[in-house]
Amino acid sequence: MAGYVKNSSRPSRDAVAKSQRGSEESPVIKWLLISVALTFTLIFLLLPLVNVFAQAFSKGWSGYIKALVDPDTMSAIKLTLLVAAISVPLNVVFGLAAAWCIAKFNFRGKPLLITLIDLPFSVSPVVAGLMFVVMFGLQGYLGPWLDARDIKIIFAVPGIVLATVFITFPFVARELIPVMQATGSDQEEAALSLGASGWKTFWYVTLPSVKWGLLYGVILCNARAMGEFGAVSIVSGHITGQTDTMPLRVEKLYQEYNATAAFAVASLLALLALVTLGVKTFLEWRQEREYDRAQHAASEPDNFSSTK
Amino acid sequence: MSIELRNVSKKFGGVSAVNDVNFSVKEGELVALLGPSGGGKTTVLRMISGLEMPTGGDIFIRGVRVNDISVQQRNIGFVFQSYALFKNMTVFKNIAFGLKIKKWKKTDIHDRVHELLHLLGLEGLDKRYPHQLSGGQRQRVAIARALASKPSVLLLDEPFGAVDAKIRQELRDWLVTLHNDLNVTTLFVTHDQEEAMEVSNRIVIFSRGNLEQIGTPREVYEEPNNEFVARFIGVLNVLELTVQGGVARFGELEFPALDRPDGSKMRIGFRPFAVQISSDTGAYRCRAVLRHTFFLGVMLRLELELPSGLTIRSRMTKEEYSALGLQDGQEVSFIIKRYRILRGESEPLSPEIHSGDTAFSTFGAGI
Repeated sequence: MAGYVKNSSRPSRDAVAKSQRGSEESPVIKWLLISVALTFTLIFLLLPLVNVFAQAFSKGWSGYIKALVDPDTMSAIKLTLLVAAISVPLNVVFGLAAAWCIAKFNFRGKPLLITLIDLPFSVSPVVAGLMFVVMFGLQGYLGPWLDARDIKIIFAVPGIVLATVFITFPFVARELIPVMQATGSDQEEAALSLGASGWKTFWYVTLPSVKWGLLYGVILCNARAMGEFGAVSIVSGHITGQTDTMPLRVEKLYQEYNATAAFAVASLLALLALVTLGVKTFLEWRQEREYDRAQHAASEPDNFSSTK
Repeated sequence: MSIELRNVSKKFGGVSAVNDVNFSVKEGELVALLGPSGGGKTTVLRMISGLEMPTGGDIFIRGVRVNDISVQQRNIGFVFQSYALFKNMTVFKNIAFGLKIKKWKKTDIHDRVHELLHLLGLEGLDKRYPHQLSGGQRQRVAIARALASKPSVLLLDEPFGAVDAKIRQELRDWLVTLHNDLNVTTLFVTHDQEEAMEVSNRIVIFSRGNLEQIGTPREVYEEPNNEFVARFIGVLNVLELTVQGGVARFGELEFPALDRPDGSKMRIGFRPFAVQISSDTGAYRCRAVLRHTFFLGVMLRLELELPSGLTIRSRMTKEEYSALGLQDGQEVSFIIKRYRILRGESEPLSPEIHSGDTAFSTFGAGI
């Protein structure tokens, strides 16, 4: 009891001493943890990444270029770019719409909608691909109807786009919902009260205030759209030169024991990942800075009288 | 009439936020919508602006029924509690926003914005972003933005809520000056009765969605419609009396029972200024102990503990206080000079009853 009283009489000092001890004690453990994490990152992330590039360039620049200009590989690259170019804008629109209605309105079933947005994250991509086959495949619900009208979805580009849109759907919405919820609707209402139409309010007020979050979502969405394997693999049919995307092409080349070419294409995807990471880090830094600035401005002493 | 509300109601889902409200505001008036939070005052303001639609009744602005006119077309200036400045735009662009939307000429926009910057003391800040401004400056930018396209009414939601006490006082004075300069019909929402009393020409008092009273600050203080208003505007001491032998009593305090039967209860209310204190314990028949004296600048607030343990509040000037030579803990005698009979929250009050012969104005010396 005496000890308790003594401690509580100087709580702040004890607390400070304790917290310092907490971070400074046992440097052995600290360094041990750091080296474990570092070793793990080195062996499982950095080394394979370096290896991908090393393998890709094992036959020099000319071998690398030669592997990439192969018509089937080029067609895979083009298809991947096309799929990303379609699915990313689509998901920007869907994501904005979904985030908007979740952040700005209250309605029954809102938690359900949030769960549904997350669904593509929780479903295995292979299952997602099969879903589309069941829907649009020849033996599927809509298959005969589509076939009668000569519309090809499964084993064709539309199927790949659909699968990719499905898989990448949560990225934009997930990024935007917290940003939009934090901003509230005051600024939009202010714009309306100043005479702006809904569209102008969105364009001049809503969009700029979520631009970093949106860009972040787009970057992640794009990375996944280009890298998606499972779902696309199911719906594409692996027709060389027609429905192969880059990840599928990598697998095929690898299966054909064409390691250099496989790694060359893989290196492009890895490069995309690196760029994505770089941009993502930059955007996070930007967002944090904006947030800090807002915080700082809010806590700034008011100098109304001095400027009056 | 600049603004008129006729039987306006608003329901959110099944919950009634505003019930059957009627009032009108004359051109150029500065009116406070006052009430405790959840009283419906902000909802009324938002319905006038068009950000919220009434579920019943009609709203008129300058004689035109605006129920079916969208917020964009109403030509109102709305200042949000959070200011809601466009944080991605400079001060200039914030103020120019409405003008750009209304397709003003570039040179006209430039002139108007600079006119407002001058009027609101914001010169030199036009290239700043909202986060680079102080709270007071942000608010003035918000007001400048709302005034830019010369609205027919200016609506402010809790304009002084987000700044600290000292700045708040300056902003109040400044709003009055601005209103005098511009003479634009202005409505503002506040939960602070002192603020409403000090700033506005008239006060509209709301409680739980009902309009309780509308009047000048003096009217609502001196002639409150009901107990709610009397309690909300200023301080009201309340005593519950029991009628015995034809007299309503509370300890040593006695009041005429006005023909009420023995054993019945009666409640009275009186302002702190109606309590007259003497340091001579024999001067009046009621005794009390002066528990605390609070110095509020020129005015003092005194808390008297009655023998029953109940505390009542009194007020006096510093001069009166020193003349009486009072000290905390001292026994004093007192008399209640004027009071009203209370009949319940939203029931009308009795006229003021004078128990002594000392006529004394309640108004003007503080609340």
